[in-house]
Amino acid sequence: MSRPIVSDFRLLAAAGILSLFGVAMVYSAGQTDTPTAVATLYKSQILWLLIGMGFAYAIGHSSVRFIEWMTTPLYALSIFLLGLTLVIGKGAGTAASTKSWLAIGSHRIGQPSEIAKVTVVLMLAKVLSNQRETPKSLLDLWKPALVVGIPWAIIMLQPDLGTGIVFIGIFFAMLYWAGVSWPLLILLASPAISLVLSFSVGLWGAWFFVLLALVLWYRPYLIEGIVLMVLNVATGVVAPMMWEKLAPYQQNRLKVFIDPSSDPRASGYHVIQSKVAIGSGGWFGKGFTLGTQKRLAFLPEQHTDFIFSVVGEELGFLGVTIALALFLWLFLRITKIAERANDSYSSLVAFGLMSGWFVHVLVNVGMTLNLMPITGIPLPFFSYGGSFMLASWLAVGILMRISGEGRGSALSLRR
Amino acid sequence: MSFHPNDVARRARMSSMALAIGFVLLVGAFFKTQVIQHKQYVMQSEENRLRPIPLPAPRGIIYDRHGEVIAENLPAYSVSITAPSVDSLRSALAQLGPTLQLGQNDINNAIRRYRRAPTRPTVILPDATIDIVSVLEEHRLDFPRLIIQSVPKRYYPDGPVVASFVGYTGEITESDLNDPKYASYKPGQQIGKAGLEKQYEPILHGKEGVRFDEVDARGRPVRGEGPRPDLSPEGAPPLYTNIDLDLQKFTVGLFADSLQGGAVAIDPNTGEVLALYSAPSWDPNKFTGGIPVEYYKQLLDDKRRPLVNKAIQGTYPPGSTFKLATSIIGLEEGVVGVNDHMPVPCTGGYQFGNRYFRCWEKKGHGSLSLQGAITHSCDVYFYQLGLKIGLSRFIAGGIKLTMRDKSGIDLPEETQARWPYAIDYYNKKYGARGWSNAETLNLAIGQGANSQTVINMAKLYSAFAAKGMAPRPEIAHLVPQRKQVFTLTSLQDSVVLEGLKAVLEAGGTAGASAIQGLTLAGKTGTAQNTGGDDHGWFVGFAPADKPKIVVAVLLEFGLHGSRAAHIASAIIGHFLKVGPIKAVMDEG
Repeated sequence: MSRPIVSDFRLLAAAGILSLFGVAMVYSAGQTDTPTAVATLYKSQILWLLIGMGFAYAIGHSSVRFIEWMTTPLYALSIFLLGLTLVIGKGAGTAASTKSWLAIGSHRIGQPSEIAKVTVVLMLAKVLSNQRETPKSLLDLWKPALVVGIPWAIIMLQPDLGTGIVFIGIFFAMLYWAGVSWPLLILLASPAISLVLSFSVGLWGAWFFVLLALVLWYRPYLIEGIVLMVLNVATGVVAPMMWEKLAPYQQNRLKVFIDPSSDPRASGYHVIQSKVAIGSGGWFGKGFTLGTQKRLAFLPEQHTDFIFSVVGEELGFLGVTIALALFLWLFLRITKIAERANDSYSSLVAFGLMSGWFVHVLVNVGMTLNLMPITGIPLPFFSYGGSFMLASWLAVGILMRISGEGRGSALSLRR
Repeated sequence: MSFHPNDVARRARMSSMALAIGFVLLVGAFFKTQVIQHKQYVMQSEENRLRPIPLPAPRGIIYDRHGEVIAENLPAYSVSITAPSVDSLRSALAQLGPTLQLGQNDINNAIRRYRRAPTRPTVILPDATIDIVSVLEEHRLDFPRLIIQSVPKRYYPDGPVVASFVGYTGEITESDLNDPKYASYKPGQQIGKAGLEKQYEPILHGKEGVRFDEVDARGRPVRGEGPRPDLSPEGAPPLYTNIDLDLQKFTVGLFADSLQGGAVAIDPNTGEVLALYSAPSWDPNKFTGGIPVEYYKQLLDDKRRPLVNKAIQGTYPPGSTFKLATSIIGLEEGVVGVNDHMPVPCTGGYQFGNRYFRCWEKKGHGSLSLQGAITHSCDVYFYQLGLKIGLSRFIAGGIKLTMRDKSGIDLPEETQARWPYAIDYYNKKYGARGWSNAETLNLAIGQGANSQTVINMAKLYSAFAAKGMAPRPEIAHLVPQRKQVFTLTSLQDSVVLEGLKAVLEAGGTAGASAIQGLTLAGKTGTAQNTGGDDHGWFVGFAPADKPKIVVAVLLEFGLHGSRAAHIASAIIGHFLKVGPIKAVMDEG
């Protein structure tokens, strides 16, 4: 079997350029006036990038069918690893009290949730592509909901709000790609929407009427409609109680998201300093490695969660636009791959992987400007972190394979 | 599953659109932050990293007329700290307390300074010893917000010798800060508190500079040289004074440790103050950077009252030295001719109404003309002269001679001389019938409602020495200001002058203070002191015919003016380089 190493040059170029850009930013993040351990992290980031590329190369030599065949065991393995974190998990960084890290002794091995992001996409694609009919009712969605729900529940128990959000984003995006209609998606999301709106009685009331109208128009099964309405009432009322159950740091993060100046020296400090870093960058930035906010340690988590603030400070609006354009280029390319994929499984996998990244970018980059809450979601290809870099390049490898087998590709023509 | 290519293509279009919209929104948000709000964030990031540290300016150096240094600056160390809140300041001070040997007072002061200007480094120790500084330097890393600066500290090489006019400097007080005059001042700054330091504060102050330290998020300085150019402090220009430091030292030496009183030497032609001293003195160097409580208490408890400036603040009845004023008023008003004798000759006293007014000379002076009356200081003559002038005219004449004014010397502490403003003064004080014309007799010989500062008497004699042109006494070089306060004919003038000259000749009241080869003119005086021994006065000038120096000396509890005259003549002799002073004979 001779298969071309590079079957989708644009995909590889976008991911490769983003990764090099990212490694450069991790290097810059380590350039502080008072040297810290971050100074040498770019080296291990390069190592992880190479390992990831190696995996991508290997997967590029496999086939979509092999990936599909591996899906269930991989999924099971990642659920197992996720479950393990609840027992022997460790925290890290700003979320030291959480358990998202798998560790032996004090040595942290990795974050299973990063790998799970890929395996859940694979599993969800498999389940959805195996359904003959497009789901028409909420009851039809029990299987995909379970696929996402199990890891999501474990992750929320860690707790890792950010990754939880990513899973939900992936879930809805893939249902959409599978052809689930808009009204059904809204009905599905309605309890969560109720939860979010529960802080205001007026808003929640208005939402409830919209929902009622939607139910009457869409006409789901009677029992389904009733359960839905009950659920909405429950979440709308239960939410305040749930709030009490949130960990103090989570409450804080949500509060600070609503009003960052309420706590300028603690959690809000991160966001304010991030905005100052980005805003002071101007059109062209302060120059690579020269960001003063970063150098003088005003910018927190500058190599992980807030790495995009370093881009903003040092490379300015120009650098930000280039980075975002690269992401858009990558995502549009993957959408095209999903569109041209040979089968529904491949198509769903591609779209699922893309949507996962998109949620990451949206939430992470939005967070640096205080448009999103601080959830600790890393930025793909940029944020320092071995598991995520590895998972991202595994995904690139899978996408490469799907692209290679897709319609109009060299490989498919050869067949 | 509906994976018909058309459906998929539609969803891909929708998704691509959603992606594009999402990214355009993000880019828009960055545009707003990075381009539109850029300036605001640049400012915040500068504020973040730059910590302005004020650099105190050296005060202007004060020189005497020959370029000798009266006040200069020495390097000292100040310890200050930046703090984000009062609580953080308190805890830092509690931590530093043992090392810095901070008292409760120091801590309260630091907190007060902080509350006034929280963004400025708060001064903890304005003048730290080298021991404290070296200990702090060792623990620098433990206290990243601590700032140890070399600052100029005021120093007076001659200390107590110059204290009487130079004053001292100290930290600006809370009430000063509320004064609009000090609107531009910040807590912790040093200002002139007294004397020339206070008078010429706006000139001597200089302009504070600022250094920008780049600090990291924990407030630790990160780079040696400033990221933004320093604004160097601008030292004040020097202040040149008219003081003759050599003469000043000589004067101080004459008072030694035993005498107390005040002395002033001025150039009658310009008003330049050559020397000004109040004994006993105090050490202004000990006052710099906070007056030690013990030293201050010691000064306050001293019965000789060193903190009262006897040259410009203490007022004393001028006694016989005032007879010059009485003579001038009488002559100017034309009530007495140069050769006129008074109706009643001196027999040791003068009967006025039912009271008998004594002359200091119990034996009596007989009948004297004005010149003799001045020389011999005959009270009986001046009683009658006073009566001839009349109280109303006499009071007005005294006012014209600036006996009710401040001399105008450029020192902030000067006390106004005491002299009635009009006859009404007596009516108000004693009731319309509660007093008699006897007050006129008292005023005529320099007693009664008449109390003068040493500097104001020096000014009166300067006016006479300068033919009626009263100069404003000035310590620092400024434009001389002179004012005609009386006009005498040359005959009148010479008669008075001869009278004053004879005082310092054999047989005069200060004959023992004569200087060989130099004609002195002057007048002794005795200020009656109800609380103890009388004060002794002498005011005089030389050379008598072309005066170059006027000296006024008051010795508290000096009994009579002859000792004061000794000091004055010594000062004059030293200044005019004439001498040696005639051996001191008896002081009858």
